Parts: sequence; C-alpha cells; structure tokens
Amino acid sequence: MTKSSPSDHATPRPPTGAPSPLTVAAGVRPHPPATGGTATTAHPASASTTTSAAPVATSPSATGAATVAEPVTGAQSLVRSLEALGVQTVFGIPGGAILPAYDPLFDSRLRHILVRHEQGAGHAATGYAQATGKVGVCIATSGPGATNLVTPIADAYMDSVPIVAITGQVPRGAIGSDAFQEADIHGITLPITKHNYLVTNPDDLPRIMMEAFHLASTGRPGPVLVDIPKDVLQARTEFAWPPTMELPGYRPTLQPHGKQIREAAKLIAMSRRPVLYVGGGVLRAGATAALRQLAELTGAPVVTTLMARGAFPDSHRQHLGMPGMHGTVAAVYALQKADLLIALGSRFDDRVTGKLDSFAPGAAIIHADIDPAEIGKNRAADVPIVGDARYVIDELVVAVAAEHKAGHRADLGEWWLQLDEIRGRYPLGWEEPPDGTLAPQYVLKRLGEIAGPEAIYVAGVGQHQMWASQFISYENPGTWLNSGGLGTMGYAVPAAMGAKVGRPETVVWCVDGDGCFQMTNQELATCALENIPIKVAVINNGNLGMVRQWQTLFYGERYSNTDLGTHKHRIPDFVKLAEALGCIGLRCETASDVDSTINAAMAINDAPVVVDFVVGKDAMVWPMVAAGTSNDEIMFARGVRPAFEDDDDL
Amino acid sequence: MSKHTLSVLVENKPGVLARVSGLFSRRGFNIDSLAVGETEHPEISRITIVVNAEDSPLEQVTKQLNKLVNVLKIVELEPSASVQRELLLVKVRADRPQRSQVMETVQLFRARVVDVSPDALTIEATGTAEKLDALLRDLEPYGIKEMVQSGMVAIGRGSRSITAPVLRAAS
Repeated sequence: MTKSSPSDHATPRPPTGAPSPLTVAAGVRPHPPATGGTATTAHPASASTTTSAAPVATSPSATGAATVAEPVTGAQSLVRSLEALGVQTVFGIPGGAILPAYDPLFDSRLRHILVRHEQGAGHAATGYAQATGKVGVCIATSGPGATNLVTPIADAYMDSVPIVAITGQVPRGAIGSDAFQEADIHGITLPITKHNYLVTNPDDLPRIMMEAFHLASTGRPGPVLVDIPKDVLQARTEFAWPPTMELPGYRPTLQPHGKQIREAAKLIAMSRRPVLYVGGGVLRAGATAALRQLAELTGAPVVTTLMARGAFPDSHRQHLGMPGMHGTVAAVYALQKADLLIALGSRFDDRVTGKLDSFAPGAAIIHADIDPAEIGKNRAADVPIVGDARYVIDELVVAVAAEHKAGHRADLGEWWLQLDEIRGRYPLGWEEPPDGTLAPQYVLKRLGEIAGPEAIYVAGVGQHQMWASQFISYENPGTWLNSGGLGTMGYAVPAAMGAKVGRPETVVWCVDGDGCFQMTNQELATCALENIPIKVAVINNGNLGMVRQWQTLFYGERYSNTDLGTHKHRIPDFVKLAEALGCIGLRCETASDVDSTINAAMAINDAPVVVDFVVGKDAMVWPMVAAGTSNDEIMFARGVRPAFEDDDDL
Repeated sequence: MSKHTLSVLVENKPGVLARVSGLFSRRGFNIDSLAVGETEHPEISRITIVVNAEDSPLEQVTKQLNKLVNVLKIVELEPSASVQRELLLVKVRADRPQRSQVMETVQLFRARVVDVSPDALTIEATGTAEKLDALLRDLEPYGIKEMVQSGMVAIGRGSRSITAPVLRAAS
C-alpha cells in the first residue's frame, strides 16, 4: 500500500492559509504598472545600491505598481478591491447608506445588475456561485436593504454557497442611536454567516474584502457579510494590493489523515453491502470525476442527495437515485440495508435519515467532510475523515486499489441482485390523474428530455422541486440548483437569473411553483431589461402543493389556506404577468401541447420566457417517508408500502 | 450531565464575546459561568466558560466554537490538572455584637474585609466554587445584604502555556 503523495493530484491546491486561486489568482489587477516597463526590471538594479526599502517580497501575483498605495475614498477602495478580486458581476440595489459605493461603481468595469428586491440580489449571487463555482456578490443599503438579504444569506449558509454580501450602514457616529434605516445587520447575521465584518476603519477595506472572499470560498464555503458605515465609504484612505490577510484562527483541514484513509479503505474492501452516500460537498469540492473513479473501482451503489444531484450521472448503472423523504425506494432501501455507508460531503440531514435512531441500523459509517463539526453531529462515525472531498476521494481511490491488489475485495453480487430487484420493482413513476388534468411529472420528464442534460435546472421549493429532482435526468455537475437546507420558496427565479448571468451560453430553466413564483417573480423585470433570457416553467397547480399534500395525508383533507386562486380565478394570469414584466408568456394545459410549448420556449433566446403549465392539483410526490418516521416506513404510493421480503437477513 | 471548564483563546476584537456566547445559546447550551479578559498578549483574550453538558454535545459545541474565525484555540481544563478560582464580594450584616464572629469566619476562610461600616462588613474571597459556597453558608445566619460573584477563571498546572503555541502558529 503506498501513501499518496501530493503529486497524485492533477491540480494541487494551495496549502491551507494561502489565498485560493479563486480569490487571488484572479486578483491581479488587469492593467499594467502605470510607470511603464521598468517596474519589475528596475528592482534588482536599485537593490544594488544598498538593501533598498523598495516594496518588500511582493507575491508573484502582485504586479509592480499595483502594490503602491494610492489615495482613494473608502468607496473607491471597496470597488478597487472587488475588481482586484476578479469579480465581474454584482447584484444589488442602491440606497442612502451604500450610495457612496455606487459612485465609483458607475465608472467600474464591474457589471452591476440592478435587481428589484434585495432578496433577489442575494439569491442571484447564490445562483451565480452555484453555477460557476465563483464567489457571488450582492450589495444592499442599510436597514431594510440589509434585512432583505437575511433570507438569501441564511439560504446560502445552509447550502454552503460562497457569497459575499456588502451592506451599507449608518455612519459610525450614528450606530446604536436608532438612526434612520439603521439595523444591526452584523448582529442579525451572526448565526447565519460563516463570518461577518463591521468595517470601522477605511484602511482595513482591502484586507477585509480579501478575507471575506477567502473565507467564503475556502474550507466549507459559505456566506460572508461586510457591513460598511457610510462615513467609512466617504473617508479618505489608501488603496494597495494585495493586502495581507490576518486570519490566525482559520485553518481548514484539506488533507485527510492517511491512517483514516487506510482504515476506510479496509472497511470498503471488506464490505458486502456498501453504499456511497454522496452530498453537496462533492460538488463544492469539484470532486465528481474522482467520485466516478471511486464508484467504479469499488462497484458500490451510489445515492446522491438533493444537494448532490448531478454529482454522479443519473444514467450510470450504479446510481440508485436520491435518498430521503422523497427519494427512490431503491436508494432508501440501500441505506437501510447497508453494512457500510461511505458518506462523502453529506451531513445526515433529517430529510435523508428520517427517524435518526432507525436510520441505516446495520451500517458502519465512514464520514468524510471538510467541516469537522458535521462528523458525529447526527450519527456517530466509525471512521471520521476530515478533509476536502477531492483529496479524500483521490486518496481513497489509491488506498482501495491497494486493498484490491492485496486480494481484499468483497463480492457485491448478492447486494446488487437485491438492489436491482428493488429498483426494478419500484421505479419512479406516476399515475395519470383520473380527472384528466395534466400530470406535472410528465411536464418535468419532457422538459428534462427536451432541454437535455447540458441545461441548468433551478427549482423552487415544494412538489415541483421534488418532481424536478426525480424526473429530470442529471448527468453533469452544476446543472441542478435548488434551496435544499433552508427550503426557501422564492429562490428559483432570482437564482436562475444569477446562474444565467454566470453561464450565459447555457440554457437555464427555472422550475417554479405557482406559490414560489409569486414570491420573487419581480426579478423577471430585471431579466428582461438586463438581457438575461431565462426560461421559467411554472408548475401551476393552483395551490401551495406540498402543503396541500400534507393536508391530504395528515390533516384529513382539510385544505386550510392552500388554495391560491391561480386556477379558480386565474389571479394572477401568469401569461399576462409575464408580458407585463417584459417576458414572453406561454400557456400549456394538455399533455399533447407539452412538447410543442417547451420547444417554443426553447426557440426563444432573446427574452425571458414564462410557461404557465396548468397541472392537476391532486398529484402527489411519491415515494414518501413521512416526517419523523423511519425510512423503513417508506410509502411507494398512497397506501402502497413496498414489500421487502428479505427484511430479516440483516 | 457534568461540568466542563473550557478555556477559549480568541482574537481580542469587538463582538467576539457575542459570537461565542451566542453560539452556546443557539445550540441549546447553558453557560454556568463565563469570564473574559486579556492574556499576556494583548491581541489575545481568554474566555473561561463553565458549561453543563454530556460529552457528546460538548464535543459538538467545541467543534462549532472552533469554526468561529476569531477563535484561536480551545482547551478543556480538568479540575485535577488546573487551578480554578472565582471571586466573591459579599456584604454581611455585622453590628457590634456580631462583628467578631463574622471576622472569625473571614479568617477561617482566608477571606478579607474590604469595607467597613457601622452595621455591615464587605468581604472579599477567592477560591473554588465549593469553598465560596461554604463561606456563604457560614455567613448566611448573620444576614447577607448583597453579593456579587465573578465567573470562574482557570489555568493549567505546570509550566506549559496554552497561549505560546497559538502565537507561534499565528506568526
């Protein structure tokens, strides 16, 4: 067995503590030194006189004159920092306290996209980050501007998305006086940010901005908020780049412990019923190619959580689909019957485990995560591995291969016989609605087939989200964006907007419900004006569908406050609404029109399109593990409990 | 549940205490006692937290604390391997006839009288929580008019410093 060396990695990452390539390699100011061609070559010559006090040990990324301090305002320092960090697009809305920052922004090469609501700016930054892997940036003013960012910040925190939120604050002297548009956004966002700052000295701006981007994008990614008082933006200061980060308490562990890797490899080689339980961390780490290697090397079945759809091709024979509350029977069964779970960047969320004490009762747990606090939080780990998923998986591949070479390899034949049998018996599917209405599942299936696996699908929260995760086939990382942890209705339209800005050549379909859509559709005006031609499929069942489903199943069909009137009264009329927002509106009410409507939407590339798919209100999401119950009680359809005849051979 | 003493080294910056204490309440932990002050290095503060928790939730809260960017190091101090002290100021009713008895108690506990008035004495005492409890029990019969207690501070026994490695890592 050989220990993997750093050279095993195709692209070695920088060591802990060093700025990530994301933030800083791109951080070189694009323009050459203003002093002309002498800046770099003159250095050794001038040094020959005495040991000169010339700029000391600038890093290779710092190009000559860029490091020379220039007098600027705080606002200019902020914008220059964003440029230096390689930011191309920011989403925001100006207001009193942040206004000084908008003045230099006016002259900057940064693209500022003026949204209609700060929540839209936040989700757009998230969608941008999820689609590109880069840090998303949103800007708002103090008070209500900042508090409107709270939901998208919490959303990004739950789903570990790298975003930086910049907020204006009342002037330093007014802080704490209940000034106009004052809100303690630093205090408010303490529990929902990876870290946050209240800038009190304009000289700190470059350093804080670099730290914010570094924190957001490294380790376990997450949102970072930078709150800047108005007078800090107006103050005179100096700008020099690159600044030196001061983060003595931040040392994420990227490299896993070799002993733990070997321990894990032994368990994997011995296991007769292993499952690779793959979470969003694998996508964040860009470890999908390595995952495929590990899966094919071990031959183990793979389940991808809601946050990990696209991390492993749906078409792959070893893929059992999504586990959890609305996962496939095969995926849930595999977890419950496994003798070993290899959890990679997943966090044993309650939506996956169901009732925790009956989750995967016979399984030993290998839990690999970059966040040590996730390990053992919900389920004790037999082999804890702290590290970046890419390193972990790369090293597991080497270590498992070594085990195999030594002749240690369990036969998975029996396991696959069982899994294939369950998979064949309980495929994902639906019954056509008896009332002749359009089946929402059919719409999503066709959407996925027509738009294809290269498109990006961005879902809201609820039934349509589950159907979109089930009936669209994901083959590529970064093609499925949704609000998994926080479950933010209203996420989809602005997140799709952000994704389309980040990847303008890619078709972006927003899949929304009629409830979700009414929470944030104002951003379609932004899309129309800023030339961001997203496509929106409103799966319109006239109701808050998932809530209604729970009322059907658990509240005796008493439909309290779930009818939105979008069917009964056609208020709003989504086609007219789309047109009012500068988009093209289409409507589809029958199965026979689904293909032609989707094709019509696909043909429009110069404007956002909204398709009102009027679907039946009684369709339900199956399979289902009711909240708080055991995964063993999964229902395949209403009143249909899968029969696992080999239940007792654990 | 059992009591644990955590020494948390943090960057001496505004808002850090709020981050630490907020994390405890957010994750459902009650802090029994908390004391904070600068260390021998002014850029580092030390928070001593006494928390009542089972081992596994304590591990979780420690890991969550470690994730705070301003937290540099966390050490659990075992009572047997550390010196743990609290400070007590207590105002006891002590008119002439009682005064000598109160003084006797003060001396027994190696406490000090720091303020005298015709009908009361203010006593300062340091020690473990148990010692201070015992002192208070003895003073109770005379009438305690007012008292205030600090959080516990603690330091490991022996020559080793928990701040030195942190400073080395930071520089």
